[in-house]
Amino acid sequence: MALAIVLILMVIGSVIFHFWSPWWFTELASNWGAMDTTILITFWVTGFVFIAVNLFIAYCVIKFRHRPDRTAAYEPENSKLEAWLTGLTGLGVIAMLTPGLIVYTDFINVPDDAVIIEAVGQQWQWSYRYPGLDGALGKADNRNVTFDNPLGIDPDDPWGQDDIVVTGAAAHIELDQPIKFNLRSKDVLHDFYVSQFRAKMDVVPGLVSYFWMTPTRLGSFEVMCAELCGVGHYNMRSEVVVDSREDYQAWLSQQTTFAESQGKPAPVGNLIERGAQLAQQHGCIACHSLDGNRGVGPSWKGMYGRTEQLADGSTVTADDAYLRESITDPGAKLVEGYPPVMAAYPMGSDDLDALVAYFKTL
Amino acid sequence: MTTLIKTLAEKPWLSGHDGVGVPAEVAIFDLAKEKVGLRAFFAVAASLFMLFVVAYRLRMVYSDWVPVQDPGVLWLSTGLLVVASVALQVSSIFMSRQHDQRALTAFYVGGVCTLLFVCCQLVAWSELSNAGYLVSTNPASSFFYLLTAVHGLHVIGGLVAWLRTAIRMRSAEPGAARIAVDLCTLYSHFLLLVWAGLFYLLLNS
Amino acid sequence: MAYADQDTGHHAGPDKFIWKYVWSQDHKVIAVQYGCTAIAVGILALVLSWLMRMQIGFPGSLEFIDPSAYYQYVTMHGMIMVIYLLTAFFLGGFGNYLIPLMCGARDMVFPFLNMLSYWFYLLSVLILLASYFVPGGPTGAGWTLYPPQSILQGTPGTDWGIILMLASLAVFIIAFTMGGLNYITTVLQARCRGLTLMRMPLTIWSIITATVLGLLAFPALFVSAIMLMFDRVLGTSFFMPYIVHMGQALETGGGSPVLFQHLFWFFGHPEVYIVALPAFGLVSDILSTHARKNIFGYRMMVWAILAIGGISFIVWAHHMYVSGMNLYLGYFFATTTLIIAIPTAIKVYNWTLTLWHGNIHLNTPMLFSIGFISTFLIGGLTGLFLGNVAVDIPLSDTYFVVAHFHMVMAIAPIMVVFAAIYHWYPKITGRMYNETLGVIHFWVTFVGTYLIYFPMHYLGFEGMPRRYYAYEGYEFISESAHSLNEFISVVAILVGVLQILFIINMLMSLKTGKLAGANPWNATTLEWQTPQTPPAHGNWGDELPVVYRWAYDYSVPGADEDFIPQNQPGELGDGREVGDDTGHSSGEGAPA
Repeated sequence: MALAIVLILMVIGSVIFHFWSPWWFTELASNWGAMDTTILITFWVTGFVFIAVNLFIAYCVIKFRHRPDRTAAYEPENSKLEAWLTGLTGLGVIAMLTPGLIVYTDFINVPDDAVIIEAVGQQWQWSYRYPGLDGALGKADNRNVTFDNPLGIDPDDPWGQDDIVVTGAAAHIELDQPIKFNLRSKDVLHDFYVSQFRAKMDVVPGLVSYFWMTPTRLGSFEVMCAELCGVGHYNMRSEVVVDSREDYQAWLSQQTTFAESQGKPAPVGNLIERGAQLAQQHGCIACHSLDGNRGVGPSWKGMYGRTEQLADGSTVTADDAYLRESITDPGAKLVEGYPPVMAAYPMGSDDLDALVAYFKTL
Repeated sequence: MTTLIKTLAEKPWLSGHDGVGVPAEVAIFDLAKEKVGLRAFFAVAASLFMLFVVAYRLRMVYSDWVPVQDPGVLWLSTGLLVVASVALQVSSIFMSRQHDQRALTAFYVGGVCTLLFVCCQLVAWSELSNAGYLVSTNPASSFFYLLTAVHGLHVIGGLVAWLRTAIRMRSAEPGAARIAVDLCTLYSHFLLLVWAGLFYLLLNS
Repeated sequence: MAYADQDTGHHAGPDKFIWKYVWSQDHKVIAVQYGCTAIAVGILALVLSWLMRMQIGFPGSLEFIDPSAYYQYVTMHGMIMVIYLLTAFFLGGFGNYLIPLMCGARDMVFPFLNMLSYWFYLLSVLILLASYFVPGGPTGAGWTLYPPQSILQGTPGTDWGIILMLASLAVFIIAFTMGGLNYITTVLQARCRGLTLMRMPLTIWSIITATVLGLLAFPALFVSAIMLMFDRVLGTSFFMPYIVHMGQALETGGGSPVLFQHLFWFFGHPEVYIVALPAFGLVSDILSTHARKNIFGYRMMVWAILAIGGISFIVWAHHMYVSGMNLYLGYFFATTTLIIAIPTAIKVYNWTLTLWHGNIHLNTPMLFSIGFISTFLIGGLTGLFLGNVAVDIPLSDTYFVVAHFHMVMAIAPIMVVFAAIYHWYPKITGRMYNETLGVIHFWVTFVGTYLIYFPMHYLGFEGMPRRYYAYEGYEFISESAHSLNEFISVVAILVGVLQILFIINMLMSLKTGKLAGANPWNATTLEWQTPQTPPAHGNWGDELPVVYRWAYDYSVPGADEDFIPQNQPGELGDGREVGDDTGHSSGEGAPA
């Protein structure tokens, strides 16, 4: 009896919870409202079955619970009833599958006027590449990657010369302009995920995957990784900014092309600002927090001058020499309790100076 | 198939009514249980090798695939495996006719040929590595080592069973090892079949 | 060898403790060994889930949980629960215990192989646990072990953990194969006289179908594990594309990570049914017994089991809709996946229709069984979201997925595990469990898990991604979502801790439970008709049972009692033949 009451309460509670719940879709910012609609269709079909079956069980438990004088019916099967139920279930399935496949057809057919933008994943940061004036991305391959050519653009491909590379900063896209995101990975699986866009896709090393969407709302949206990619997975952040046409063009015109970026000396400026910029650009803060929180690597807050316990038991003071070594050869003196997962960054002396200057301010 | 459908369409609750209620012997196959078990194992092993083949074919299409020059000794090892299979079949036939001594001889021939097969495979490995194809050189050579190793391990497992059976044939009373001989024979046929498939695959890489 | 003559000789059984309980070839002892090992390792996985929930609900409250540790918990929790607890418990535990008894056989046909199966299973568990004691600890690659991540630095446990994990899986598969060949051959060849296929209880149908799935699907895991092992240890490039890792170009290259995913899920999806099907079968028999009514639509239930088993081999890529595979495959896999919902739905209807016009005894096994229908319903229905490709795209890799698969593959099957343990406990031990404790255990588990997982779906709607060590600073995740996570964590830990009620009940009742007798539930199936309880080695004394009827003769009109055991000859008390007229009239089906 209690069971029946609980089942009924569960159904009522679930319905109330559904209408009361503050947790629901994030506000849509792309053309994929149809995906929300298919979720809702599925929700109502399955919700009906959920309520009906649970209430039916509750009814049976009340009506047919054991009494000494009761005898159960003997009913091996009822083909007619079973055929009806099968048929109705089939109809329900069709009602959910058909709209799903229609939306999916939209999803896999990229419109002809879509602008291609490439998003590249690596542990644990996102970079972007824009086609530049010629409207086409140059060839790229992980085998071309160097420290100065982080996305592996083919240096000999003329189409690639005017490509625009954005590392460590937000991607900008234009409102109401269909975008085809081409996705590449430098190392492991990632997944380019913006909750408000609904569409997402894995980023797979060795192939170029893609999805398309049209941004429908101005604003700035968080990019995360939705495919486990190692200890820094949860902190693989970036941003997509949806601009108006004018803002987008303005932003685009400020970017440097691939050809311009090759062999150009680092811009000289305020050392500390330069350091902060480098940290941003190389995605350092995915692992090193600025607020003292524990991450994949030690926090930078108050790091300069701190005495660190090393994995081999010795201690070291985080001075200029140690910090510079830890950037260019991170495995040499590893701080106790952290995994040996940092890449070596073969930076020039100027850049190292800038970073250390930046550390001192934290 | 029709029997299966007929079985599945039975209404078992009616049994008392239409006379199915009379207890019947119900084993599905008219075979010793060991033979049924071994056949079931074949299904598992076949699934395993099929999946390796599928993985091979799917990996083949990538651009880095460089076919391996198959060592000639594989033809010899294939021949040995055929001889082994035939010899074991002969042994099995002799067993059923109760020519125990001849059966034992044929059984030895089968086992020794199988052992030589394993040796030939090792020779093939060393030829291949001398030719510069190591396990990690190329996916084609990786697969070569992988597939021959998995097949070889199955063969070695068979040799263990062969050894136990041979000991039993020598010591026990005549005919005691008959099922065991049949099982070894069946197994060798299966591994020959698998090898034929793998060999074909490797030749056409 | 001793095993050759086991089935013909006398079954007095060995006397010395070590032969009787440790190196035993008795299927019942092996079943208990499987069950206890699975529960022990399951408790470890449960504790890991508490640690995860602590981090998610109360980030940073436990100092020692760093990202590496967290991902190791995630991985080990998932792998242990799916493989080493559920698969082992349903097939190694219930399969071993029930197949020979329900088939009227003396034992499995290859008892020695059966014993080896358990010891290989134990070995695989020990190898898995050994990864806690090697440098770098266990792997943190997630239970799916996707390369390249699983074998590259940047993921915890890439030194030794991943190697031990793959080795352990390979050993487990060998153990499972030895057990599985036994189950198949026993059911095919060693059923007692009169037990035709369609007279078998659904438990046997479902376990045997699950075994066939396992035997054909586990090789795919074996293949992917071996190839991944080659990539990790020998430097091959089966799954390794050209990679620039931590600033360094790797020497490997040219391979395909998606190939691994196809192989993995070709195993991984049938695996869902390897766990679910035995649960379906066991729950059918428990429902029927305690509702005192035949299972509704037996034939349809058998067909549905076979259909699910068959279709489960062509739905695997619904786990890969956003994996970067060819997008056109989505049409095919969405369609097959939604088709498989139909036989599954039929099973749910037939369980509820079994209750209809029944005589429902709400004891612990029945409560858990009804709890199963309700939880499985949620898990099955949310599967319709994720199976439908366009709906899956926004929800994949969010907490919706976590809630879905826990409901369908963790909570629902574990409900059946509990139902079945309570149901067969009197047969296994000869004593009754404590009903009060059992009922409390049910309420805690049922209501608790509902509170944990129902709201979790809504976190998924909000887009909260899974497998995150921390969610700090993500603006789109609402403040209240963090509060909800706290709530879920508290309930999860509470429900987990209160499982102690179950352990206490099991252990205490061994000594203090009242004697159960041979057939305390008045059940029809053969295991309740053994001459001794618990059944002795060899199960049936001098003579094997003979079966005269199907497994569900409950409340047959005109019979003296509300059940007729399968081995009772074909006459009713009044001399009338069983099923004389009832069979026909009931075929038309109007509920009386």
